Amino acid sequence: MPYDAWKDNEYIESLVKELKDNGTNVIVGSLDKLINWGRSNSIWPLTFATSCCGIEFVSLGAARYDMARFGWEVARSSPRQADFIMVAGTIVHRMAPVLRRLYDQLAEPKYVIACGACAVSGGPFKKSYHVVMGCDQIVPVDVYLPGCPPRPEAMIYSIMQLSRKIKVERFFGGVNRREKMQKEFLESHPIEGVNDVK
Amino acid sequence: MADFQQTIAKLFPEATFEQADTLMVNIADAQWHSLAKQLKENPQLGFDYLITIVGMDWKESMGCVYYLQNKHNDVISVKVTTTDRENPMLHSVADLWAIAGIYEREVYDFFGIVFIGNPDMRRLFLSIDWKGFPLRKDYDENPDINPVPTDNERQSDFTYTYVETPDGKVEKKEVRVFEPEDFVVNIGPQHPATHGVLRFRTAVDGETIKKIDVYMGYIHRGVEKICEKDTYPQTLHFMDRLDYFSAHPYHHGLCMTIEEAAGIEVPRRAQVIRVIMDELSRIASHCLFMGTFCMDLGATTMLFYTLRVREQILDIMDRTCGARMTFNYECIGGVMQDIHADFVKDVHALLDVLPANIKEYNKVFTGNVIAKNRMEGVGVLTRENAINWSVTGPSGRASGWSCDVRKTHPYSIYSELEFDEVIHTEGDSMARFKVRLEEIEQSARIIAQLIDNIPDGDYCAKVPKVIKLPVGHWFRMVEGCRGVFGVYLESDGSTMPYRLKLVTPSLPAAAVVNHLTAGSKIADLITIGGSLDYIVPDMDR
Ligand code: SF4
Repeated sequence: MPYDAWKDNEYIESLVKELKDNGTNVIVGSLDKLINWGRSNSIWPLTFATSCCGIEFVSLGAARYDMARFGWEVARSSPRQADFIMVAGTIVHRMAPVLRRLYDQLAEPKYVIACGACAVSGGPFKKSYHVVMGCDQIVPVDVYLPGCPPRPEAMIYSIMQLSRKIKVERFFGGVNRREKMQKEFLESHPIEGVNDVK
Repeated sequence: MADFQQTIAKLFPEATFEQADTLMVNIADAQWHSLAKQLKENPQLGFDYLITIVGMDWKESMGCVYYLQNKHNDVISVKVTTTDRENPMLHSVADLWAIAGIYEREVYDFFGIVFIGNPDMRRLFLSIDWKGFPLRKDYDENPDINPVPTDNERQSDFTYTYVETPDGKVEKKEVRVFEPEDFVVNIGPQHPATHGVLRFRTAVDGETIKKIDVYMGYIHRGVEKICEKDTYPQTLHFMDRLDYFSAHPYHHGLCMTIEEAAGIEVPRRAQVIRVIMDELSRIASHCLFMGTFCMDLGATTMLFYTLRVREQILDIMDRTCGARMTFNYECIGGVMQDIHADFVKDVHALLDVLPANIKEYNKVFTGNVIAKNRMEGVGVLTRENAINWSVTGPSGRASGWSCDVRKTHPYSIYSELEFDEVIHTEGDSMARFKVRLEEIEQSARIIAQLIDNIPDGDYCAKVPKVIKLPVGHWFRMVEGCRGVFGVYLESDGSTMPYRLKLVTPSLPAAAVVNHLTAGSKIADLITIGGSLDYIVPDMDR
């Protein structure tokens, strides 16, 4: 996809700028690049679908949209082997601690895509007594993907965004920062009994 | 109908009758159980199929409306009420209809009505710590009362049952869900084979399943309550999001109910389009069923074959409805917009490739030795039990029960169409698979009859901007892709429903899992669950 066709170049630029400002060692920098090249081209999703959006995710895996082209097709059923969760579907009260626990079980570095209106903000179920209004109340979200459900093309776009983000990330030292960020998030959103799962 | 009234009046002189769209019997709770017994066992009545239990809160009283059907497809309803809001109690009929057990739990969860004699009076969708009963009219929705849980959910190994002592008092008793020595394995909610977020607490003895406790509510979205806060046209779009494969039939069902209540005549063109859409959904849904079911059994290739046809159908719908999944196409009075210029051509193209595809599915999977070994004789559901558990749709028909609403209560233009109700009698997983495969052919047959004769005219009737329904209640059923979808609508004369109860086929399909798997191997649980083809948001609503 040409650079100009992307929608949020400023955000990626700011990430790159931050990296440059901090300065990197040549060797570490090239190693970073190499590792990130590998990471960003083989992000494995967790098989996670609660409702309608999950079905579009299935279509994404099938022949027509074929996410294998991008190296994302290895959907893992165990969070320990996956890189990111695509939160495809509504999250309700009973599911909330479960999602959090799955997130905690993902191996570092880990990412979250909030897929669909429900995961972004509660969507059509805004008036419900049992729906969590956006999964960012429970886990930190990297990419928000609107739509009800988002078309498979949009899902591809969102995962490509994620892979762009991974590409410019600093791996050595960068992941430490991520951990710090996550720690802050986890501390400000405590779930008893879940955090000590680690 | 008059006969039923006479028979019942003779047996229960105190019963009163109302004639709405069905005969409605009003009976006091004290007599309800004996009436239920008569309804089921008296040969003149023979109501062996419990369609649903609608919990109700009429403010001054609470209660339930039971919808029942007999083998001649007569429908009758019974209303039982109580005025006690503090400790509402009714008598359970779980000993007569197996499915009543779970339906009563749902009513308890939503309204707090306790059923005396139900062996398992736990909440169904909400956690044990949930405060209040959400579908009561005086429920406080303040999120501070029931915040998003920050804790793992509290679990209990106990359930309760309420028994009546001979002197008329009701006692609460604690009962174990599992025996203390049982070895309980947890499957789900995050498990690829449960088709969504469903959880089975499975007691196993080696590899053999002893008992399954189905744990739902991981996608309970409270649709019925939200609908009470929306105007009639606004309630429609939730139908897409219950069983997302039956979006068209479900829409059709709710629209039909509202149209009947409002006295709106739907133009012929819209009727034909609706039926074509319903049948296209059925084909797409059954295709996806085959794909995912075979994938569960380890044959991933099938998914790619069947999704090919599904994608073709989604393209047709995409062009006409503007979406691939949540179409929101049927509206009150007809359909949202006219069909796309290429619609007829595209559907013909689909009908042309279908036979070859079905042949291919049969070649790849149906005759396959492994598939046969894994499906034949696995999870046999007898006809009697299918009725007892209200397992409708293709799964019910695989047990030899003729329960296709398109035949039993023909709606829209189905009575004019030629098609066969596919019935198998084996009742095993193979039969459930085959019924769906053959239903694709029947749906294609229906579409073929209609596609070249879509009449001219309006695609939507003229309806008032603001839709107000008269005071009353209505109950209609349609055949969704997975079975009977019923809509119970009660109106207080305003622009919003007073109560909208959605009867979905997936809840019984999940409830019957325990019955079907007892004594089978763990691996068969996947086959049986897959062949029942439940959709979790559809059961949780
Ligand atoms: S965003 Fe829409 S399609 Fe996705 S889960 Fe929510 S309701 Fe379903």
